[in-house]
Amino acid sequence: MNKIVSKEHFSANVVKLVVEAPLIARSRKAGHFVIVKVGEKGERIPLTIAGADVQKGTIDLVIQAVGGSSKKLCALNEGDFITDLVGPLGQATHIEKVGTVVCAGGGVGVAPLLPIVEAFHQVGNRVIVVLAARTKELVILEKQMQANADEVIIMTDDGSYGNKGLVTNGVEAVINREKVDLCVTIGPAVMMKFVAALTKKYTIPTLASLNTIMVDGTGMCGACRITVGGQTKFVCVDGPEFDAHQVDFDEMLMRLGAYKEQEKEKAL
Amino acid sequence: MTQQEIIAARRAEPWREELRKAKKAKERMDLPRVKMNELDGEYRSHNQEEVNLGLTKEQAMLEAQRCLDCANPTCMTGCPVSINIPTFIKYIEKGDILAAADTLKETSALPAVCGRVCPQEKQCEKQCIYTAKFGKEAVAIGYLERFAADYERESGTVSIPVIEKKNGMKIAVIGSGPAGLSFAGEMAKKGFDVTVFEALHEIGGVLKYGIPEFRLPNKIVDVEIDGLRKMGVTFITNCIVGKTISYGDLHADGYKGIFVASGAGLPNFMNIPGENLVGVMSSNEYLTRVNLMDAANPESDTPVLIGKKVAVIGGGNTAMDSVRTARRLGAERAMIVYRRSEGEMPARLEEVKHAKEEGVEFLTLHNPVEYLGDERGRVKQMRLQKMELGEPDASGRRSPVPISGVIETIDVDEVIVSVGVSPNPLVPRAFDGLEVTRRGTIVVSEDSMRSALPDVYAGGDIVRGGATVILAMGDGRKAAAAMAEQLLK
Repeated sequence: MNKIVSKEHFSANVVKLVVEAPLIARSRKAGHFVIVKVGEKGERIPLTIAGADVQKGTIDLVIQAVGGSSKKLCALNEGDFITDLVGPLGQATHIEKVGTVVCAGGGVGVAPLLPIVEAFHQVGNRVIVVLAARTKELVILEKQMQANADEVIIMTDDGSYGNKGLVTNGVEAVINREKVDLCVTIGPAVMMKFVAALTKKYTIPTLASLNTIMVDGTGMCGACRITVGGQTKFVCVDGPEFDAHQVDFDEMLMRLGAYKEQEKEKAL
Repeated sequence: MTQQEIIAARRAEPWREELRKAKKAKERMDLPRVKMNELDGEYRSHNQEEVNLGLTKEQAMLEAQRCLDCANPTCMTGCPVSINIPTFIKYIEKGDILAAADTLKETSALPAVCGRVCPQEKQCEKQCIYTAKFGKEAVAIGYLERFAADYERESGTVSIPVIEKKNGMKIAVIGSGPAGLSFAGEMAKKGFDVTVFEALHEIGGVLKYGIPEFRLPNKIVDVEIDGLRKMGVTFITNCIVGKTISYGDLHADGYKGIFVASGAGLPNFMNIPGENLVGVMSSNEYLTRVNLMDAANPESDTPVLIGKKVAVIGGGNTAMDSVRTARRLGAERAMIVYRRSEGEMPARLEEVKHAKEEGVEFLTLHNPVEYLGDERGRVKQMRLQKMELGEPDASGRRSPVPISGVIETIDVDEVIVSVGVSPNPLVPRAFDGLEVTRRGTIVVSEDSMRSALPDVYAGGDIVRGGATVILAMGDGRKAAAAMAEQLLK
């Protein structure tokens, strides 16, 4: 049982929970994720850690209410408890000084991107963040990104804030302007697929942090398996970050839909 | 006293001598082996109720008469935890069932579990004088073990083994499956302060996530775990040693010994085309969803695919558990696809028999070579290569050889791959200095289960790479004896 210390609404469907988890706060690194379960009959779902405070013994989780389980989690309030929380899981991001790093985040993927931005910036990289959202209200963590990056570029689909266009338009503008040594992307699978296609064209090494279906999160079930460079990998233990140019995003998108019908039935 | 002397002394107790003389060996041998009472195959193939109903006291006492109380009980050599088999059986014959249960608990932390899931026909019952010498059916040691453990539990007077004076030494156990539980029980008995760290949200490891309710009800496992709690064992869930806390943290917290029993977590796949289609999954995933997450229950948030035409690839116990589960969840066609013949199947005989009674089809000498999907990426067919038996391979079994050009295509909407597991690398990776094999198992000394790190012992599937509940328990027991001896020196 892990207590929710505070709750903040980023937008109508996106909340940030600060959760008591002193051991995880101490051992987690950028790129790690946790598995949470709400209620005795709850589902185990993976969430990438968006930040931590070692002194206070808390971790930050940013959740978008999309399916039944994420809605349950978003409905919890300050003082409530998360039934089960385990981690940190996965391999941490490999952080080193490479030069200029473009971090492209979309939707709720912006949250787990924040610790990666911080870490790359801390070791002396020039970090340019491209934040993408459908519309102005859905842009999150802009200030925190600004505090940790050399530049933040906002892209909205409808042009209500920042530049009008997709995340790929923002990334391409940077590539056309200056030398980029590494790209990191987190967001919806479709978005990462297009970022990967773009940077491949420019032969810029690119990491994508994947969020697939998982049960245990420790390598036991294989629900999260994907194909990377023709080989099957488990996102939970081999990832969650992979060379985006090698990931079979179409297969991943297909597998993400595995339980669509069951989820609808459960929700009834 | 040596083991032999203990066996002889207990056999020489007056009540035992009297009991032995009460009936001639010939009369005992003429008794037919008891049949397990079980639910009807058709009825049970639609629900999760436990298939085996256990023996009545009358049945058990009669079966116990068949045991000849041999002077040299070879059955015990077949038991990885050396249960004093004749002693517990003779207590049953005498009608003192609680004493029989106590005898089991002297060496086994989980008798009600072992009575249900051990492959007795390959262990104690294989070594029974009836099978080994007379060519007759063995004494039903497994059924009797289960009977004694169940009788004690249902009697409401569950005894706690004698615990030695607390010695103040802290011991950490990584993983709460059979190896971890067995080790924890032994160490608690010896007076150690034992904490078990479990990665999942439930205690029990494979006993909970793997073995289905109809073969091993969760409440049976929970009673055994409660027994360990009463012996002073502490359980911590949602904690992964090597992730949440480190080897160094355990030292800093004063743990003097560590037993790694993290199991063989990683499911193997066959790396054939179409294996990542939607609807193809590991038996670990399928069984974890159904058993641990209760996904077939509408109240559970966890989904599971309900196939109508389900193929399970493999011939082990996990394959049988998966195919029988699929049948229960509504599969009209539930198939075992196995590349060898039935004679080579590693599953317990009882599981194969039960699966057949429940309407499972057996496609032996078939091996999948490809899965085909529909336009949405869902599996719709499997292509099976027909096989024949060739020369014996390294395992001593005749190896399956493809019959060139003979391929069958069968419609399926769900495929469960159950072709073994590999050790979970999470823990071995976290311990610097641990010696690990190419396969990822931890190297230990065979007699003590001690690893290359002096305070780290290991047992169960993380050492064996995929074995049975009872072998894991045997490892736990052996490691506990060796670690206690080292620490109390």
